[in-house]
Amino acid sequence: MSEVAEVRGNRVALEGNEAVAEAMRQINPDVVAAYPITPSTEIVQTFAQFVADGEVDTNFVAVESEHSAMSACLAAAVAGGRVMNATSANGLALMWEILYIVSSLRQPVILTVVNRALSGNINIHCDHSDTMGARDAGWVQLYAEDVQEAYDNLIQAVCIGENMDVRLPVMSCLDGFILSHSYELLTVEPDEEVQEFVGPYKPDNPMLDIENPKTFGPLDLYDYYFEHKRSQMEAYPAAKQAIIDEGKRFGEAFGREYGLLEEFMLDDAEFAVVAMGSTCGMIRDVVEDLREKGVKAGMLKLRAFRPFPAEEVAAALDGCGAIAVLDRAASFGAHAGPLYAEVTSALYSYGKQIPVNNYIYGLGGREILPDHLQQVYGDLQQLADAGQPAEPVSFLGLRE
Amino acid sequence: MAEAKLINPYPKGLTEVEMRYCPGCTHGTAHRLVAEVLEELDIIDRTVAIATVGCSVYAYEYFNTDAVQAAHGRGPAVATGIKRVQPETVVFSYQGDGDLASIGMAEVVHAAARSENITIIFINNAVFGMTQGQMAPTTLLGQKTTTSPQGRTVEAAGYPIRICEMLATLPGASFLAREALTTPARIRSSKRSIRRAFETQLAGAGFALVELLSICPTWWRMDPLEAIRHVEEKMIDYYPLEVFRDRLAEEDEGGDTNA
Ligand SMILES: Cc1ncc(C[n+]2csc(CCOP(=O)(O)OP(=O)(O)O)c2C)c(N)n1
Repeated sequence: MSEVAEVRGNRVALEGNEAVAEAMRQINPDVVAAYPITPSTEIVQTFAQFVADGEVDTNFVAVESEHSAMSACLAAAVAGGRVMNATSANGLALMWEILYIVSSLRQPVILTVVNRALSGNINIHCDHSDTMGARDAGWVQLYAEDVQEAYDNLIQAVCIGENMDVRLPVMSCLDGFILSHSYELLTVEPDEEVQEFVGPYKPDNPMLDIENPKTFGPLDLYDYYFEHKRSQMEAYPAAKQAIIDEGKRFGEAFGREYGLLEEFMLDDAEFAVVAMGSTCGMIRDVVEDLREKGVKAGMLKLRAFRPFPAEEVAAALDGCGAIAVLDRAASFGAHAGPLYAEVTSALYSYGKQIPVNNYIYGLGGREILPDHLQQVYGDLQQLADAGQPAEPVSFLGLRE
Repeated sequence: MAEAKLINPYPKGLTEVEMRYCPGCTHGTAHRLVAEVLEELDIIDRTVAIATVGCSVYAYEYFNTDAVQAAHGRGPAVATGIKRVQPETVVFSYQGDGDLASIGMAEVVHAAARSENITIIFINNAVFGMTQGQMAPTTLLGQKTTTSPQGRTVEAAGYPIRICEMLATLPGASFLAREALTTPARIRSSKRSIRRAFETQLAGAGFALVELLSICPTWWRMDPLEAIRHVEEKMIDYYPLEVFRDRLAEEDEGGDTNA
């Protein structure tokens, strides 16, 4: 345990970025190759201090860009190392080319993404445009509601990605500033227990196995490319299972259990809101408040966005009278936000006829307030009566 | 009593927006020198500034010119695009050493190789200031930064890059000088080189870059005077102050322009 954790026992107040760095210290990866960007900078910076103090055995490389960072991470994974990194927004965008190659080569690189709005115009505050843009890159994506979950998710991410049936890279996402720069009291588990939970790294097909020489990423044309993509698709149902299994195992080890999604007062809910990330915390408050007033409100929090738990989402929302999906990103040119598209498609695919509103909110760090959420739940009665949304998309906290 | 006379008025090349730099930072000095040169050459109203990503991200608010905000490191490519469409426009890209020597190294090298007719103002403060003082490619050996808390070592991070010397290997680089924003004499010399870098562009002579050794008291964790002494005693040693290339002067002398 780091000094700060030792002093106060395992309940410590840490900023989101510090908590992530703490998890990285405990996981003790072989390689971290990174380039700084707000608001994820402190993760690698804090970690660089751990390296300098000899608290980890990590080979830390301060590379010249995110494109090189992800390239070096990919190669370090191919060579047989456990690899971690952190970035945000434009940094993630600059990794784009390599993101796809990492997942195609089935390398379990673990990347913390502190969510920040993508340029342009340049903005440093939270929204989900960065990771939503990378949603088809083949990475598992977990979204944290609070700092504790960001810490817990990163530890589980390692086990999910490295599962031999999965072997996929994982993005562990937390909201920029709202979580990355907020102090929260959380439980930091003892080093040995975390290390035992993640276990030693087991490389799959590492290089320099002289008996079995191999090449990574060779040309793959119309003869086999399609089959290879098909076989990659097989990994995602396995990843879904791994998220469930590791969430359970984490619960057994540390008392905090996780799944693909979390239902909050959803069992008998008439009106449900679906959301991801830190906003879920505020939704809980609003739901409790509405319940006191006799409104049957509920929430569905999505923890895993990739693989998308379509069947589970449809089952969780079954029986609701009207639903609202909150998107912290726009999907330009699409008829609605990305989360809405996934949720409604899941409902449709599993034969659920429930009307769904879509709200885009919080772009570029615009604040979301309980009043906005009250309005969202308020609109749902109307939606239930009308049977279909009045507007394809509405906006919260926007000046029109 | 003699009437007071303002001998050093506020340069027209700057807006009156209050700058957001830390106390002692030399970004403001560099801005002022560029602004004075734009005014003296009478090109303020046909100049476009490229603000890049770094502490000078707000440069577009400070320079009294049109401006484009470029993605991190892409200043020379953005300047290229503007210059190709508007050859009469004077274009300069204002970049830090993280921006230019790290993530944007390819852009500056290739802009120089193509001898794009643009001017680059390159602030070498040996750290990434904006993102809290991480090691830059220009960080000196032994220098402590937030990502090299024990000091930069060759084993972990190799050697600092000397941009001017590197670009001087390219015939396309037409003006290259390194100056320091420390003493009054050096600041005057910096201004001469900045002026020359714009004159090179105005003469259509190709790529011009001025590297300005600058201080970052905040992330060097020094007061401004100590920081200036650090430049004088340590940085100049590794980064010698020199005009590495001056194609206009070579042409005046009818000398070898092949370099
Ligand atoms: C693609 C991308 N990666 C990282 C960043 C984060 N970033 C903003 S400024 C900066 C460093 C700037 O340092 P430097 O160019 O030395 O200028 P200074 O701040 O010292 O003036 C970084 C890494 C970014 N904006 N975009």
